Amino acid sequence: MQADTAMAATPASAVAAAAVVIEGVDKHFGKVQALRSLSAHIHYGRLTGLVGPDGAGKTTLMRILTGLLVPNAGRVTLAGYDVVKDNDAIHVASGYMPQRFGLYEDLSVMENMRLYAQLRGMDADRNADLFAELLDFTRLGPFTKRLAGKLSGGMKQKLGLACALMARPKVLLLDEPGVGVDPVSRQDLWRMVQALTDEGMAVVWSTAYLDEAERCESVLLLNQGQLLFDGPPQQLTAQLEGRSFRLENVGAERRAVLTEALDLESVSDGVIQGAGVRVVLRDGAQASQIQALADRARVALAPVPARFEDAFIDLLGGGPGGTSTLAERLPPVELGSDIAVSCRNLTKRFGEFTATDQVSFEVRKGEIFGLLGPNGAGKSTTFKMLCGLLKPTAGEAHVVGHDLRRATGAAKSRLGYMAQKFSLYGLLSVQQNLEFSAGVYGLEGNTRRERIAEMIETFDLSEWLSATPDSLPLGHKQRLALACSLMHRPPVLFLDEPTSGVDPITRREFWTHINGLARKGVTIMVTTHFMDEAEYCDRVAMLSRARLIALDTPDALKRAAANAEHPDPTMEDAFIHLVESADREMEAAA
Amino acid sequence: MSAVAEHKKGSASMQPDLRRFDLRRLVALVTKESYQALRDPSTLLIAFVLPVVLLLLFAYAVSLDAKEVRVGVVLESPGASAQSLAAAFSGTRFLNTHFVHDRREVADQLVSGALRGYVVIPQDFEQRLAQRGAEPLVQIITDGSYPNTANYVENYARGVVQTWRAGLDVAAPAQSVVLEPRYWFNPELESRRALIPGAIAIVMTIIGTMLTALVVAREWERGTMEAVLSTPASVAEILIGKLLPYFVLGMLSTLGAAALAVFVFGVPMRGSLAALLLLSAVFMVPALGQGLLISSLARNQFLAAQIALFTGFLPAFMLSGFLYEIDAMPAPIRAITRAVPARYFVDSLKTVFLAGDIWAVFLPNLAAMAAIGALFFLIAKRATRKNLE
Repeated sequence: MQADTAMAATPASAVAAAAVVIEGVDKHFGKVQALRSLSAHIHYGRLTGLVGPDGAGKTTLMRILTGLLVPNAGRVTLAGYDVVKDNDAIHVASGYMPQRFGLYEDLSVMENMRLYAQLRGMDADRNADLFAELLDFTRLGPFTKRLAGKLSGGMKQKLGLACALMARPKVLLLDEPGVGVDPVSRQDLWRMVQALTDEGMAVVWSTAYLDEAERCESVLLLNQGQLLFDGPPQQLTAQLEGRSFRLENVGAERRAVLTEALDLESVSDGVIQGAGVRVVLRDGAQASQIQALADRARVALAPVPARFEDAFIDLLGGGPGGTSTLAERLPPVELGSDIAVSCRNLTKRFGEFTATDQVSFEVRKGEIFGLLGPNGAGKSTTFKMLCGLLKPTAGEAHVVGHDLRRATGAAKSRLGYMAQKFSLYGLLSVQQNLEFSAGVYGLEGNTRRERIAEMIETFDLSEWLSATPDSLPLGHKQRLALACSLMHRPPVLFLDEPTSGVDPITRREFWTHINGLARKGVTIMVTTHFMDEAEYCDRVAMLSRARLIALDTPDALKRAAANAEHPDPTMEDAFIHLVESADREMEAAA
Repeated sequence: MSAVAEHKKGSASMQPDLRRFDLRRLVALVTKESYQALRDPSTLLIAFVLPVVLLLLFAYAVSLDAKEVRVGVVLESPGASAQSLAAAFSGTRFLNTHFVHDRREVADQLVSGALRGYVVIPQDFEQRLAQRGAEPLVQIITDGSYPNTANYVENYARGVVQTWRAGLDVAAPAQSVVLEPRYWFNPELESRRALIPGAIAIVMTIIGTMLTALVVAREWERGTMEAVLSTPASVAEILIGKLLPYFVLGMLSTLGAAALAVFVFGVPMRGSLAALLLLSAVFMVPALGQGLLISSLARNQFLAAQIALFTGFLPAFMLSGFLYEIDAMPAPIRAITRAVPARYFVDSLKTVFLAGDIWAVFLPNLAAMAAIGALFFLIAKRATRKNLE
């Protein structure tokens, strides 16, 4: 019924059952083919996921739907209007939230909302009640006077959503709203979108996160500009039923077991889940090989329900192998002590604001240690202090025995750092980037030549040496960034959201290397928003409001969150549980 | 979720507003831009602090006048006539003379830059003067690495000698014509008076072209343009909303700079304020148009700043007649200056400050500025489309 109301305003000549009709759309930029003869329907009252790896064409399609790009061939109508011919009507009928935060950071929350209300032809003063409702809906009420630039990532997205919702569009287009948003804020976004679709709005949510895709009522799965699947995610997942297994409680050997499993002919994909290893068999393969592996490792092999991610990886031809060529070449790391990184009462204040408050922990050699927390919890600040990029206000931190306050230089020479977005030099070629990082870590002469040659060989970069990093496929770009940070063979590696916005296959390849490095004794410190990645960690430190609220193995954290409602909580459930109970305690104390 | 449900009822009655131009949307955009301009310290710095700095610089640091030029006078002849000529040199307020008896002393000082030139009154000066028919010989040595000053020293020294000679024999018929120069509009020939009005053109170019190019490029860079383009706001509204606040800022800045020029630096204001405002307002058209054009070509701030510097600021500085007289430029360069809007503005500013409201000068200048501005806007409008292609 709701859908009918929404349709009422569409011109009678263009009445269509679907909110969006895409017919044979082609789009290319120069030689790059972004979309190839794409046809699909998007319906009212439904949450449609636009799913695919980076560079699949999701943003291009979104921009075509909002009339910001013109397709080279084919036709798209939105709410009955042609996106090219009725461009002005499209802007009225659709609400669009771009991938990058598109609001004015130097305007306050209220000023941004008023601007968008007025741009959409609403009188901001006469709609005070609507503003109040939207603020309540987004839980931004207490922050109306705050500048948008000072909001956390999750709050920014909610503000973006509020602005896109002004004047109630018929179709809401959200381009990767979940990127860089912590699970708590993400849950808020889901709740809001759910409420909107219940009332008949068509919502398109584009994402590279497959757990998000699983929650959509319908998905359009894109890869390299082509539509691979159109339908409810369960339909795709169902095809994989009976092919997913978990090796339970493998414990300390799980990385070795995963490597072995991935190298099996019958296994198409595998990931670490806490102490267990989850594998997906190839189409038509028998479980005998994996059963043999389980017997050898003396662990139980249990069938588990298929996930959308399994189906996705399978559709793309399976994940990468399990052996890291990089780790094989590395000599095992020898450290004087068993503790690679430690901090005690680490505190950082920026003026009045405390970003990190008395955080203490120790990281053992060869451990993969995760730092998790909502946006603005102090992860990055803590991380930056540990790799010597920020000076602590109080407390101490040591990396491989070097005091970071006194011997920052010495400590830095013993650690590798891979920043968010890879931070490669766009104007230098791949070869020059490698040479630069070798030079910056003081490698000279033969060592330098050998290391560079070794990195080129292990990461298979020889074809790309004269290309610029930006022209590399994402997976290669990530390899290059990893190569640069490992040039000096550091015993400790810091990874700051290393796979943010990276597709699952590239992510698996990356973790194969990381697992291999950990097995050689390299200590890995990682921050992430990806709950899947937290599962790869030996231990996870959870930060919230500048404090360390939990520190344990992923399995223990999940167990602690179990209750009658969620007997088998996911890492995401555990995260939300921990942050919310820490918040309650804070409020109770205050 | 009753909130959104009610919201929906409200909008069901709302007709899709497809008007190309909507005053409410424009007001919203102007308000937004004004908030941003007021909150960004760099905008205010450029609009109000930079003009003061520039005017101070042009008023005190840059001077095209040669005043108190240090010149040596080598008195090799001990005679009375030579003495009186030397006294004539020391009597001027434009030269700062320095007497010696040996030319070697001053030669070193000229090399070291302590002197800009020297005049030699030779030993045979008296004898030659006494001989009928033989002109006395005075040598002038100048520092050619400062051509303007060298020229000035030469001319001035020549003038001193001629005046002295004329005073020597009043009855001499050869000197019957006496030139009595008067400099109109700027009787003291103070370059400050000509420079400061021109500096206003530079300030306006910076605000109009540079600032506008930067703020539009910033919207592309930060991704805010994509969000605004996806709303019903039209290109015209977005662009006018962008320009209007900077137009006002530019006019305010002009008023401030004019007040500074008149009340602090003593530049006369012989024309009317209304004429000044009209000229400034019309000059903002090409200045803003150019800024807009740049930003539609360059969608990042660094590139926009570079282009604005090379196509806006430098021509306004070098080719507008502000620092260098256009008539003294070679013909091809002179032709190029016709495309520089600041040229017409500098000319008009000098007129309105130093001469008065001379509409015969203003009207062609106004027409030229408006024409160039219209052309910029036309190209910018064509280059800006309401999509991301």
